[in-house]
Amino acid sequence: MVAQTPTLPRPGATATAARRRRSGAGRQAIRLLILVAILAVVLYPLFWMLGTSFKSQEEIVNNIGLFPREFTPGNFTDGWTNFDVNFGRFFFNSALVSLLTVVGNGVSCLLAAYAFARLRFRLRGLWFAVMIGTLLLPGHVLIVPQYILFQKTGMVGAAWPYLPLVLPQFLATEAFFVFLMVQFMRGIPRELDEAAKIDGASSYGIFRHVILPLSRPALVTTAIFSFIWTWNDFFRQLVYLSDLEDYTVPVALTLFIDSTSQSAVGPMFAMSLLSLLPVFLFFIAFQRMLVEGINTSGLKG
Amino acid sequence: MALTTAPNPTPPARETVRASAKSRRPGRTRHGEGLAGYVFLSPWLLGLMAVTAIPMLLSLYLSFTNYDILTDLSDVEWVGLANYERMFTADPSYWHAVQVTLSFGLIAVPLKLAAALGVALLLNRAWRGVGLFRGLFYLPSLLGGSVALAIVWVSMFNRDGAFNSFLSLFGIEGKPWVNDPDWSLETLMVLAIWQFGAPMVIFLAGLKQVPTELYEAAAVDGANKLRQFLNITLPMLSPVIFFNLVLETINGFQGFTAAFVLSNGTGGPVDSTLMYTLNLYITGFTELEMGYASAMAWVFLVAIALITVVFFSTGRFWVHYSDGDGN
Repeated sequence: MVAQTPTLPRPGATATAARRRRSGAGRQAIRLLILVAILAVVLYPLFWMLGTSFKSQEEIVNNIGLFPREFTPGNFTDGWTNFDVNFGRFFFNSALVSLLTVVGNGVSCLLAAYAFARLRFRLRGLWFAVMIGTLLLPGHVLIVPQYILFQKTGMVGAAWPYLPLVLPQFLATEAFFVFLMVQFMRGIPRELDEAAKIDGASSYGIFRHVILPLSRPALVTTAIFSFIWTWNDFFRQLVYLSDLEDYTVPVALTLFIDSTSQSAVGPMFAMSLLSLLPVFLFFIAFQRMLVEGINTSGLKG
Repeated sequence: MALTTAPNPTPPARETVRASAKSRRPGRTRHGEGLAGYVFLSPWLLGLMAVTAIPMLLSLYLSFTNYDILTDLSDVEWVGLANYERMFTADPSYWHAVQVTLSFGLIAVPLKLAAALGVALLLNRAWRGVGLFRGLFYLPSLLGGSVALAIVWVSMFNRDGAFNSFLSLFGIEGKPWVNDPDWSLETLMVLAIWQFGAPMVIFLAGLKQVPTELYEAAAVDGANKLRQFLNITLPMLSPVIFFNLVLETINGFQGFTAAFVLSNGTGGPVDSTLMYTLNLYITGFTELEMGYASAMAWVFLVAIALITVVFFSTGRFWVHYSDGDGN
């Protein structure tokens, strides 16, 4: 009896713990169930898009299911050649603009960020404040005067019509990336600069041999987001591109809407799907970085 | 570097040189660094002037003219405040656009943030597979702004789109949502809310910062989950909520692509999706009334600035910054 008394609370305690653990597991299961349900709703449009891309015209109207009964890859070939200029050209144009933007943003924002993060010069505080100000400036506000300036300088509709789209990117106008890089560089130990300085390195030498190599992560983030944002961008490309053969993918896609004929729905979906593929591949390759990199960068520092 | 010993310093650096005439060496390094600063900053400065400042001033000037792209810049006619007068008193479609934009922002943004916070709370536990969920919820934020997805969205809410097929399973007869002026903007709101992944990721980062001791202490005091959420999570998260709110509101008011795709660039049906920026685009680039469009742009800029100021001045009353916090 005496020995039993202390053990008495034990079974009860383990039962409570088990119950708590079970209810914890139960709660986890419910949470998972809710998440899966939300995820199904969230991903449904993407699967629907995938399915519709492979449906025949008849099935698009009649088959409400997600998957095509009859696999119709012809949508892709039809869509590819739907206009006088084929989609290969549009993809090339989009890639060109996006890649040039990647290079331009990378180089120019890195230079500006180095100045802001490391160098002392007159009016630095003022310029930095101005830079933060342009961060909040809505881009749509400037499109009219920018268009006029580019038009008056003969850059709109020139033989190579992409200058208005990529030139600003070489001038560090994406303040967001400047800010991102400044924040990143502030995390690089100043002792490295000091050591290089003692070894006789100039500001340029420090940039070249200390900051540039150490800024690679920030450069990669900038490159990925520059690419995705430019690839998806529509407003500026719509404004500046007027010849069919110069069109980028988003502008070309809107041509499908113009031709409201029902027969183009399958090809339209096929090309839409194809246009999202590069972004999707980036997502697969850099998932962690994308999710955790840029969105939270404004919070740190 | 040769630049540091240049006999004729450039104007911005001149004072530094004079000030440091007594002690040459430190003066020289500072002068060199000052010059280097401007060398590195020069692309940005050029961009600031050519792509931002000059266009802003040009736009301000043009807003007082009746400029269209076809006439020469030297021939523009000064019309005083006529553009602004027209905007505020004689242009019903302008006010309609303002109304559409406001209702879009005021409805879609809070719902989007609520969805983001809700899912973030569900994901705020470390367990296997949580990363995959986080990534998949984020995916729409990467794709959602594109023309391709807007096209899919419009088709989905068409008369014979997926949404009506879904409703028909419950015997509900749908309608051509995107062609119905009472519902077209709502479909765009749903598209915006669908992209809740980006603010969700920011909420998750914020939730990680909340010290678990607070919850433990509250649990000891007998606070239930709801009280813990209201008295710990929300106040601790308020800086992040504020950040998301400012960002999403400013972005929300600038929505363009989806409205353009849905209405084929017209803002229809019956102007129901005439977002401010779409109206600006139509005025400036379809009707070529660039003077008037410039006035619209400036009013938009001032409005966004005012909204930001309002956010920051009211933020004091509800945004809680804990002391010694890493943020």
